[in-house]
Amino acid sequence: MTAASTKTLLDPLFESNPIALQVLGICSALAVTTKLETALVMCVAVISVLALSNVSISLLRNFIPGNVRIIVQLTIIASLVIMTDQVLKAYIYEISKQLSVFVGLIITNCIIMGRAEAYAMQNGPLDSLLDGIGNGLGYSAILMATAFLRELLAQGTVFGAVVLPKVHDGGWYNPNGLLGISAGAFFIIGLFIWALRSWKTDQVEPEG
Amino acid sequence: MRHNALYTILFSGAVCVACAVLVSSAAVSLKENQLRNAALDKQRNVLFATGLAQTGENLDASEVQRRFEGIRSVVIDLRTGERTDIDPTGFDQAKAAKDPATSREAPENRASVKRLPNHALVYEIMDGERPSMAVVPIEGYGLWSTLYGFLAVGQDGNTIQGITYYQHGETPGLGGEVDNPKWKSLWPGRKIYGSAGDPAIRVIKGAAGSPADAPHAVDGLTGATITSNGVTSMLEFWLGDSGFKNYLKQYQEGQAL
Repeated sequence: MTAASTKTLLDPLFESNPIALQVLGICSALAVTTKLETALVMCVAVISVLALSNVSISLLRNFIPGNVRIIVQLTIIASLVIMTDQVLKAYIYEISKQLSVFVGLIITNCIIMGRAEAYAMQNGPLDSLLDGIGNGLGYSAILMATAFLRELLAQGTVFGAVVLPKVHDGGWYNPNGLLGISAGAFFIIGLFIWALRSWKTDQVEPEG
Repeated sequence: MRHNALYTILFSGAVCVACAVLVSSAAVSLKENQLRNAALDKQRNVLFATGLAQTGENLDASEVQRRFEGIRSVVIDLRTGERTDIDPTGFDQAKAAKDPATSREAPENRASVKRLPNHALVYEIMDGERPSMAVVPIEGYGLWSTLYGFLAVGQDGNTIQGITYYQHGETPGLGGEVDNPKWKSLWPGRKIYGSAGDPAIRVIKGAAGSPADAPHAVDGLTGATITSNGVTSMLEFWLGDSGFKNYLKQYQEGQAL
């Protein structure tokens, strides 16, 4: 793999993370991160949709008429999301039930249309594939870290296995209810953005 | 790149057709699997409510089928509590509740149930010829969402054997603790009806004690008063006159066959 394509793949992890730098896709990051299991399935779903939509839009980029390009992108993305939802319902029903509407709402996840419009419309299919996977991974990194902290501190478990036994189950850990609700995810993601921008100071926006 | 209007229309049409074919073929080819999953999920939760399976136990399709052998699904008339001849396999209670022809407006209730189906699907755990336990569906509003579950009632038509929720959107760690096996284990042995014959079972604030000390009370969920009250309201409604009271009466009178 060339240096340029490695950069396309890995940059979205820390250098231009879709959640932390671009602050996109926050809605689903709040909703599905109460448990690692649901967050993981959501990540896989987003990575697949993002990779496939980037490739298909990139393949069609020279044929899509400019004035209807957004609608065409949305049609393709929506179709991919519906198919993903159908597959989840058919094969991992339990988890798809917990994810409820949030798989369907991938359609409105700004990261996906953002990458289609900003990257796939200008670049070849292979680069677009890498960009899709990379951005998906960047989204996933934040999602999994948030879900890890939320599940651990709000429920005392990691992937459902008890790590901190809760008081009312006869243990010693008094769970933090705040992290169980969406506001808790806001705080955690906020702390991540703070940490990342303290480390990579060039991501700090100039004060206007 | 500039394109004329005809090209734009043809291109859009082609994209639509291609996407429609993809989506509909996925939906059609996966439908059978999805319906099987949904049915299996319901059956699994009936088993959880009765205690024939423990929460968290990994049951595959054949295991669920095996444990379901002694269970009879029956469609009952919700107004009289009588069993009907309606085929339970094709009966969809949620659908029946929406259709004006097979439902009526629910009386004022605290569980926020709007429509009441004329018929309901119940499960009877058979002990030879006679049912030894009945599992009735319950639903009602909590804090954020409608909770859907099952309640298992013993042969006397009064003693709770178990409760389970198979779908809800309550806060994990707070109201979501309705899924907690420890909380669910507080239910078996409690009584539904008070001396006046109306549902008396309540989820109270704080700890209730053993079923012998507090037959009509269950510990509240910490930090989830509204969800706890929702559970009380839905039991009050579904075990009351508009719900399964008439059906359970047959058990109380020892006439359930």
